[in-house]
Amino acid sequence: MKILVTLKRVPDPEQKVKFKGDAIDFTGVNWVPNQFDEYAVEAALRLTENASAGGAGGAVRDGEVVVVSIGPKEVAQQLRAALAMGADRAILIDGDDGALDAEMVARTLVKLVEQEKPDLLLMGKLAADSENNQVGQLAAGYLHWPQATFAATIQAAEDGKALDVGREVDSGVEIKRVTLPAVVTVDLRIIAPQAIKNGKTAPDHAYPEGPRYASLKGIMAAKKKPITETALATLGIAPSLRVKTTAVTAPPARKAGVKVASVEELVAKLHNEAKVL
Amino acid sequence: MSFRGVDYYATDELLTDEERLIRDTFRRFVDDELMPIVAGHFRAGTFPRELPARLGELGALGASLQGYGCAGLGPVAYGLIMQELERCDSGFRSFASVQGSLVMYPIHSYGTEEQKQRWLPAMAAGRAIGCFGLTEPDFGSNPSGMRTTATRTNTGWVLNGEKRWITSGGLADVAVVWARTSEGEIRGFLVERGTKGFATHDIEGKFSLRASVTSELIFEDCHLPESAILPGSGGLKSPLSCLNQARYGISWGAVGAAMACYEEALSYTKERVQFRRPIAGYQLVQAKLVGMLEDITNSQLLAWRLGRLKEAGRARPQQVSLAKRHNVRVALEAARTARDLLGANGVTDEYQAGRHMCNLESVFTYEGTDHIHTLILGQDITGINAFE
Ligand SMILES: Cc1cc2nc3c(=O)[nH]c(=O)nc-3n(C[C@H](O)[C@H](O)[C@H](O)COP(=O)(O)OP(=O)(O)OC[C@H]3O[C@@H](n4cnc5c(N)ncnc54)[C@H](O)[C@@H]3O)c2cc1C
Repeated sequence: MKILVTLKRVPDPEQKVKFKGDAIDFTGVNWVPNQFDEYAVEAALRLTENASAGGAGGAVRDGEVVVVSIGPKEVAQQLRAALAMGADRAILIDGDDGALDAEMVARTLVKLVEQEKPDLLLMGKLAADSENNQVGQLAAGYLHWPQATFAATIQAAEDGKALDVGREVDSGVEIKRVTLPAVVTVDLRIIAPQAIKNGKTAPDHAYPEGPRYASLKGIMAAKKKPITETALATLGIAPSLRVKTTAVTAPPARKAGVKVASVEELVAKLHNEAKVL
Repeated sequence: MSFRGVDYYATDELLTDEERLIRDTFRRFVDDELMPIVAGHFRAGTFPRELPARLGELGALGASLQGYGCAGLGPVAYGLIMQELERCDSGFRSFASVQGSLVMYPIHSYGTEEQKQRWLPAMAAGRAIGCFGLTEPDFGSNPSGMRTTATRTNTGWVLNGEKRWITSGGLADVAVVWARTSEGEIRGFLVERGTKGFATHDIEGKFSLRASVTSELIFEDCHLPESAILPGSGGLKSPLSCLNQARYGISWGAVGAAMACYEEALSYTKERVQFRRPIAGYQLVQAKLVGMLEDITNSQLLAWRLGRLKEAGRARPQQVSLAKRHNVRVALEAARTARDLLGANGVTDEYQAGRHMCNLESVFTYEGTDHIHTLILGQDITGINAFE
């Protein structure tokens, strides 16, 4: 199976957001891979190896994992990390996040899919910076491919032509069968020890929770793996945005709370002031 | 919460992408797998037996050596691994230093092809553990006086003597032992666990490096085959060349311990309120925090520059002495200061500072005491030997 995985870099979600005028100030920001995309990379690796035969860590990849990012050239660092985990090669599309919206990113991915012809476009369910949660759905629509979003589990069908994707919904777990090629976006459960069954790794194999560490061997091997650089214009993507940013403001500071002396007072306040009772 | 690093002077920019990636990998590994277990091991006085194999899987053991299953890293990347390990515990870093710099390095540098094939891949994977026996009960700072002897026989050698304060001694599958031959020369020997006439005893009652094993090695008519000698070794300069490697790693490791203490003291003093104000709001406390930050920044730049010199093959042993002396001394001070700022909490293992403080006392003493490095540097700049 050939898998195209998206990997965006985002400002470290644990860092405080700073403002410069009415825009976010990115100076001194620590850039990290979007967590859900890192999970997608891990999922792609688990789908394409036989971990019971010592294949975890990318020793023998059954298929191909290609990682793509749209961003400045510094994203090479995050791409290199994915290559060190075991991905085969990477594509870096030069682009400034400020001049992109979800729709343009989806169109860009469609172009890339037409070139790369993967069996699966695998993505994080959303990027931790904008939390749009739209690109996967839009791309599937443009491609006329089946889609399964928020994957908590993935099981490859026996003939290798479809995936059974488990999604946690309010009433329980919904299993969706998508025939390949397809778009799948992953949720955080996908990195549970037994979330992925690919028909090659023994079904009872348990991975360590979370995305794998890049071993030093992996890191050294990643030096020799190719990162292809391209640009939006080269892919024939015209810059046109559907979403216009009119203003960016920090959420209002929380007002200080009050201490109540008794349960009666609390109930009264909830009834009279908060009006929730 | 995961560790974010202390980087007041944007030293991150001095690293290559690859070095940062390696650092971040070990940073996460330490946070996820070592931080949760360290206090328990320190309290119980036990070494985590699963650590060698885990470090081996990640490629951290003998990582700066070439071939034989070793990663072949540059000195800065190697140093960053030591930094992250010691950010957790000096004992864990000690294990890795001994394995890589004091055992794998001399086998790699002074061993036969057969010795290398036998030990290096197994040690890189963490399947075999090594120890380094130089210090004796009566000869610490002055190893040239050592009494352990290696006498020639028809078939090889016979060792007699005692080594003390040997890290990983009781765990080791193989010991690199330094002994004086009948010709008066100091040579290195590989002694395997289970060899007749070779026994080890672990040293109890340490208040430092409790998560690391420290032992005595006893040799009583211990017969070794000819193939046990490291043929390339000769003179005190051989063990000193190993110590030079390990001291380099320690200069990075100390930065890790100091950063852990600073981070802990900073977050604690910002939260802890006394006299209606966070204690970080008092000038006396701020002066201490700033002093720690200044020392850490100096240490980072020293270690980094030394690494780049080493990469270019230009690092002199005296420069390594300066970094070991400075970085360990300020790390020990940082640990003591953090312990102080944490008040009573600082004396429990709920917090790290007390453990680092106790650990760093050993680091201050081993691999050349603070005095010894002072004398090395003093001799270097004045040309006058003040050792004896
Ligand atoms: C936890 C731990 C692990 C260790 N692991 C190992 C190991 O794996 N392998 C190994 O071979 N050794 C190991 N050592 C031993 C260590 O290297 C020695 O402890 C060290 O070299 C100091 O020797 P000493 O303890 O005999 O102290 P001494 O040499 O007796 O020194 C005592 C004091 O005298 C001072 N002093 C000595 N000579 C002079 C002088 N000329 N001028 C001024 N001051 C002087 C010293 O600086 C120190 O302050 C370890 C030690 C510890 C604590």
